[in-house]
Amino acid sequence: MLDTLRTLLLTFLHGFHRRATVQYPEQQPYLPPRYRGRIILSRDPDGGERCVACNLCAVACPVDCISLQKTERDGRWYPDYFRINFSRCIFCGFCEEACPTYAIQLTPDFEMGEYARPNLVYEKEDLLISGTGKYPGYSFHHVAGVPIPGKDRGASEHERAPIDLHSLLP
Amino acid sequence: MTPLPLAPIVLTPLVVLALATVLTWVERRLLGLWQDRYGPNRVGPGGMFQAVADGIKLLFKQDWVPPFADRGVFVLAPAIGMMTVLLSFAVIPLAAGGIAGGLNVGLLFILAMMGLGVYAVVLAGWASDSKYALLGGMRAAAQMISYEVFMALSLLGVVMVAGSFSLRDIVAAQSGLWFIIPQGLGFVVFLLAGIAETHRLPFDLPEGENELGAGFHTEYSGMKFGMFFIAEYAGIVLVSALATTLYLGGGNGLLLPAPVWFALKTGVIVAFFILLRAGLPRPRYDQLMGLGWKVLLPLSLLNVLATGTVMMLRAS
Amino acid sequence: MYVLPLLSGGLTLVGAMMVVTCPVAVHAVLYLVVTLLSLAMVLAMLGAQFAAALEIIIYAGAIMVLFVFVIMMLNLGQPDRDREKEWLRPRAWIGPGLLAVVACGELLYGLPTLSDPDGAVFPIDARDVGLSLFGTYVLMVELASFLLLAGLVTAFHIGRTLRERP
Repeated sequence: MLDTLRTLLLTFLHGFHRRATVQYPEQQPYLPPRYRGRIILSRDPDGGERCVACNLCAVACPVDCISLQKTERDGRWYPDYFRINFSRCIFCGFCEEACPTYAIQLTPDFEMGEYARPNLVYEKEDLLISGTGKYPGYSFHHVAGVPIPGKDRGASEHERAPIDLHSLLP
Repeated sequence: MTPLPLAPIVLTPLVVLALATVLTWVERRLLGLWQDRYGPNRVGPGGMFQAVADGIKLLFKQDWVPPFADRGVFVLAPAIGMMTVLLSFAVIPLAAGGIAGGLNVGLLFILAMMGLGVYAVVLAGWASDSKYALLGGMRAAAQMISYEVFMALSLLGVVMVAGSFSLRDIVAAQSGLWFIIPQGLGFVVFLLAGIAETHRLPFDLPEGENELGAGFHTEYSGMKFGMFFIAEYAGIVLVSALATTLYLGGGNGLLLPAPVWFALKTGVIVAFFILLRAGLPRPRYDQLMGLGWKVLLPLSLLNVLATGTVMMLRAS
Repeated sequence: MYVLPLLSGGLTLVGAMMVVTCPVAVHAVLYLVVTLLSLAMVLAMLGAQFAAALEIIIYAGAIMVLFVFVIMMLNLGQPDRDREKEWLRPRAWIGPGLLAVVACGELLYGLPTLSDPDGAVFPIDARDVGLSLFGTYVLMVELASFLLLAGLVTAFHIGRTLRERP
C-alpha cells in the first residue's frame, strides 16, 4: 500500500524532470563521427576514384547488397558500375572494414527515407562524393606498387626504385 | 408536465463527447509529462488537434464486421456502452442544473446505468466470437459486477449523511463541509471501484493488451472501436464528475463561479486517474478480485457502520 | 398522455414474446433485459422510481449479466439453435399458449373489478420502502438475510482451496 503511494509520488515528481525526447526534425540529434549511416564512395586527394573494384566489400557484405563490375582504364582498375541496394543494407560497416583503399565509407547520415523501394538502389554517381571522406591525405595509388600513368614502378611513397636484375653492381 | 430542458439535452452529449475526445489527447500529453517525454505535440497548437486527426482516421477506416461474429449484437455493443455513459450525465448537476439534476433517485439512476454498461463489454466479448474477446468479456463481467457492489456500498455513506439520493440535494448538503472529510474511506473505495468500473488502467484486465490482444474489442475497428474508446473516456469524466459531486462539494467554492470550481475539481480527479495509469502496473486477476472482496467490501461495510453509529449518537 | 405508459407496456410484451421465441440464447436474454427495462419505465411512471431503479440495478444490471456470463461459458453453437427451433414447433407451444390465453382472459375479466384509488400517482421513495421493509416485513427481511448468509457460507466452503492430505 505504502509502496503504491510512493510509486505514485515518484511518478508525479517525474513531471518536473527534464524530458528525454529529442524533437527530431527541428533539433538534430548528435551523431558521432564514426556513426554508421549512408554509405559513400570517396575520392583520392587528386580527385580520382579510390575504388579499385576488388570486390572485397561485396564479399564481406552479409546481406549481399553491394554489386559492382570491374573495368580497366589506363592500367588502373575502376568499377564500371557500383550499386548498393539500401533497402537491404543493414549498415554493419563490414564493407568499410574490408576495403583496402578506404574508398567505401559510412557517414553519419540516416535520412534516406523513400516512398518507393527502387529509389533506394543507389548507383555509382549517387554514391561518389567529391572529397576524401575520413582519410584526407591517403591516396592508394601513391602507396601501392602498381604502376599508373604519371607514376612509374618504384615511384610510390616508401618504395625503393626497382632493382635492375641485369646490373651486377650492388 | 414540465417543459423539456431542450438546451441541456442537446448540449450535454455534445460537450461530453467533445470533452472525452480532448481527454484522449490530454491523457497522452500527461502520460508523456510523467514519463519524461512529450506525447503528441505536432497537430495544431501543442498537438491539440491530435484527437481530431485520430477521429478522422477512425472514420475513414474500413468498418469491418467479422464474418463469424453475431452481427446484430456486435453492432449493438458499442452503442450500449456509449448510451449508458451519456445517459448517466443526465442527472449530474452541472452548471445549469443538468437535464434532471434534481431527480430524486439520481444516484440510483447512475448506478443503474453503470450496471447496464457492463453489457457493452460482455456482449462485445461474446459477439466477436474470438477467444481473446470472450476472455476479456468474461473478466469484465465478473470484475464490473463485483466492483458495482463496492461502489454502491461506498456511496451509501454519502446518502446516509445527505439523507437523499438526489445529487442536487447531496451537493446542497455539502455547503458547510465537503463529504471527503467525514467520508474519506468511502471516497477511496469509490475511486478504486470507479477505476475498475470504467476498466481503466491499472484495472484494465478486460482489455489487458499484453495478454489478451485488446480484450473485448479485439475484433472491433473503425468507428465502432472509436465508440468504445470515447465511451471509456466519457466514463472517466463521469466518475470524476460524480466524485466531485458526491465528495468534493460539487460547484461549491470560494470566489470563483460554480462551473469553474466543478471543472477544476473534476480535472484534478481525471489527472489523478491518468497518474494511476502512468505509475501502476496491472494486478493479476485474483489479486484484483481479492482486493475487492477481501479489502474493499469490509472497508465499505465498516464505513456504513461507522456512519450509521455516528449519526445515531448525534441524533440521540 | 397515455402514450409513454402504453409504449413501455407494449415494449414489455414484445420483449417477453421474443424471449420465448428467440432460438439464440443470448438474444433471448437481451430481450429479457429489454423487458425488464421497459417494466422499470412502467414502474417509474407509476411513481415507484425507487423500485424502478432497483429493478434496473439488480435484475438488468447484475442478474442478467450473470445469465449472459453463464451462457458465454456454455459455448452454445449451431446444434443448440437447431434444437431450440425444434422446440418452438406448434406442437410444443400450443398447450402452454392455450393456458396463457386462459390466464390472460381471466386477467382481462378481473381487471375492471380492481379498484382504482383516485387516479393520482403517489411517489414512493426510499424512506417508505425502508420503513415498510424494516417495519411491516422485518421477519421476511431477516429470513432472506439468513438465506443469503447460508448461501455465502456454502459458496465460501465450496470455493476454498483444498490442502493436500498428508
